[in-house]
Amino acid sequence: MNQYLFQQLINGLALGSLYALVAIGFSMIYGIVRLINFAHGDLVMIGAFSTLALVTAGVPWPLILVFVLAIGAIAGMTIETIVFRPIRGASQVTGFIATLAVSIAIQNSALMILSGQPRNFLFPAFMRQRVGFGGVNASLTDIAIIVLTLLLIGGLFLVVYRTRLGTAMRATAENLTAARLMGVAVNRTILAAFAIGSALAAVSGLFWGGKFGQIDPLLGFVPGLKAFVACVIGGVGSIGGAMLGGYILGLAEVLFVGLLPQEFSGYRDTFVFLLLIVILLIRPSGLFVRQTEERA
Amino acid sequence: MQTPSQTTSMAETASAPTTPRRGFVAAILTIVVAAAAVWAAQQGLNSYLVTLLALLFINAALAVSLTLTNGLTGLFSLGHPAFMTIGAYVAAILTFSARRKGSMLPGLPDWLASTELSMFPALLIAGLVGGLVALAIGWAVLRLKGHYLAVATLGLIIVVQGLATNWDGITRGGAGLSGLPRHVNIWWALGFLVIVVAITWRIKYSSLGRAMMAVRENELAASCSGINAARLKILAFVIGAVMAAMAGALLAHLISVVTPKTYSVLLAFNIVVMVVIGGSGSITGAIVAATAITVLSEALRPVEESIGLYGMSQVIVALCLIVVLYLKPGGLFGSGEPAFVRRLFSGRKTQ
Repeated sequence: MNQYLFQQLINGLALGSLYALVAIGFSMIYGIVRLINFAHGDLVMIGAFSTLALVTAGVPWPLILVFVLAIGAIAGMTIETIVFRPIRGASQVTGFIATLAVSIAIQNSALMILSGQPRNFLFPAFMRQRVGFGGVNASLTDIAIIVLTLLLIGGLFLVVYRTRLGTAMRATAENLTAARLMGVAVNRTILAAFAIGSALAAVSGLFWGGKFGQIDPLLGFVPGLKAFVACVIGGVGSIGGAMLGGYILGLAEVLFVGLLPQEFSGYRDTFVFLLLIVILLIRPSGLFVRQTEERA
Repeated sequence: MQTPSQTTSMAETASAPTTPRRGFVAAILTIVVAAAAVWAAQQGLNSYLVTLLALLFINAALAVSLTLTNGLTGLFSLGHPAFMTIGAYVAAILTFSARRKGSMLPGLPDWLASTELSMFPALLIAGLVGGLVALAIGWAVLRLKGHYLAVATLGLIIVVQGLATNWDGITRGGAGLSGLPRHVNIWWALGFLVIVVAITWRIKYSSLGRAMMAVRENELAASCSGINAARLKILAFVIGAVMAAMAGALLAHLISVVTPKTYSVLLAFNIVVMVVIGGSGSITGAIVAATAITVLSEALRPVEESIGLYGMSQVIVALCLIVVLYLKPGGLFGSGEPAFVRRLFSGRKTQ
């Protein structure tokens, strides 16, 4: 295979993995509480800076992964308990504004504490080497991101489809009142969804830092919005759809930059959001989900 | 989009008019008093405070215009900064000195590079272009509901920012256009605020405004009673966008610079906060909240700088919003105007 194309493919899959990890949490939360959670992107930032702090403290890498998952889960549960639970039952728009407020509060608190200066963030040297197979090569970072993401998503599917908690989550997403009547501890289930989704977003922050080498307090905003785009592509509320949407978006973005002339590469984000508007117009329920809910 | 106060607003608009002329006199008197206050401020205050006052007027106008789109018609749009950026760039390109324009902006066609307009026509053209863009976008995006519309308009901000950053020949890229003629002073800002409030007020207390509120409450029921909901939504979106584009143009000529990042998502958030805290649909609320938030963030700025905690004021604004959503989800004034304001300006009896 042609090295250039292969490189683009790996790049797109790695970027898609990052989007997929954020989008899955986004979609889980939407599926259960019908809340577009804009603070979700900021968990990417929290994950990235937690990783930096842990690296500085000298914690070994496998442990860092576990810690970052835990930090993300705790942050997500805190936000849900303090802000979202008290306003549950308010209108969609009220909830949306509240998540926007949480996002702005997190971003600016981070600016206050960490300052706006971007920080360097590097994976250890062995992760940055390139491995070759069959005439093509790719960076170990990208491969690790792709493989670890698949493992995490596999684990998530096991939880959602093979455990009591997962059954409770699917029941709550289907019909919150009915689930409560059947004896599902709804608040605890919602808390668990926030914990899992936020943990995945935080890990994507770890990967984000490793892939791009620089992190700053506002880095979560655009991934947060793009996760929404990924969800819309796959159908908001569906976990598998969000995953596929993330990969499609990552590949589309890389292809857009890779195949068009250099001077168009600045229009990358413009392209993504035009794509969003177009998809919302043609298939508002996403490419893979049958029409169930009124969106347009 | 259900707020408890909406039933009262419907009752209020239904009350019979008594002396329309009294409301007109009250409005003129208010404008005269405001003008006198501005004149006094110009004499007594330093130029920083006068500029701040002008900024406050423009912010209030922005909040009121968003009240028309978001509050009355119930379209949850976050697109204001996108239209402000469009308006600011259009006006800036038109007013920029023709001597420097050709070399700075090589992408401009000759007839544009050689024109140099004064503020008033540039402002009108900015509003017109903003309105046309809103018409095109609105036709596509307004079929979406609730937070889908919100995210699509948020995306619009990023699309416009991307264009402004990358279309070097026309916009000078990320550096933006600086050294714009400082055409706008506090009188422009006051005049703009008065016009925006007058138009919004007239719309709110007319059959058009009642139709908008009907669409907000229940689109299906409104359509069934003969309201063309699609056209009405586009109309509200376009009017809001025209006002936003003009506000962007004015602001750019007040601070004499515009960059792709001048009007950001943060601004969208702040305007929405003003509308939500004031009570969506309430003109008085929008003005009060815009004043409070502008003054609060300016007052906190020196504190922020002295202790080196940048971003603190924004955190406080966000926390204020969360507290208001928590305690008074309908905002301070709900969807209506406080009784004394209504009595004063509409010349109508209140129940």
